Amino acid sequence: MALSIVHRITGVALYFGTLLLAWWLIAAASGPTAYANVQAFTSSFIGRLIVFGYTWALLHHLLSGLRHLVWDLGYGFKASEREAMAWGTLIGGISLTVVLWIAAYAIGGAR
Amino acid sequence: MSTPDSPLSSTMRTPLAKVRNLGSSHSGTSDFWRQRVTAVAMALLIVPVVVVVMMLLGRNQAGAAQILGSPGIAIILLLFIIASAWHMKIGMQVVIEDYVLSEKLKIASIMANNFFSIAVALASIYAILKLSSGV
Repeated sequence: MALSIVHRITGVALYFGTLLLAWWLIAAASGPTAYANVQAFTSSFIGRLIVFGYTWALLHHLLSGLRHLVWDLGYGFKASEREAMAWGTLIGGISLTVVLWIAAYAIGGAR
Repeated sequence: MSTPDSPLSSTMRTPLAKVRNLGSSHSGTSDFWRQRVTAVAMALLIVPVVVVVMMLLGRNQAGAAQILGSPGIAIILLLFIIASAWHMKIGMQVVIEDYVLSEKLKIASIMANNFFSIAVALASIYAILKLSSGV
């Protein structure tokens, strides 16, 4: 499976994505104008796309990482187990992202 | 004659002592261990962190600042930021060591990686502490 390289790519993406997290926290600490700038960016099309991609990268990397922890403990090396964990990671990452975004629109939109 | 790795080795050095201080950063297996400690920490923290983000959606700065400044939430975020900065610093160093072949460029990249990770962590921590102190 090619999931090992995806783990790395999502890791590198999350690395640079922390800039967005830091920007958001600094803006919240700075004041209303700075915070409004972040919100303008995150509600723009490109901003939404980046945050959506960030959500998926985070969840995929998390599930993929849990798979590595299972291997570190010495389990899950059988072909069927590796196959199941690979599909679980892929499908789990995408489904959790969609579920979280549905929840986000339901909660954020209601405010 | 026994091989250095056999149980009947003539040396009294343990396998752990042999790997200590080795590797490109002379820190032996400590990065391997810390990468896993921070990974487990974030796996445990991800649910509360997601809840905090959901609480903040659709709020203005005043509302967000009030939530981010409350002690429980600030502590959750601080733990998550420290774990993630540490984790990403180690992860990026592994990527650099694997793909950057020039020794000079490798050292420069690893140094830049340290600067970036520490700067992002410190900026985020400062912001949370400022929100917590309410000034």
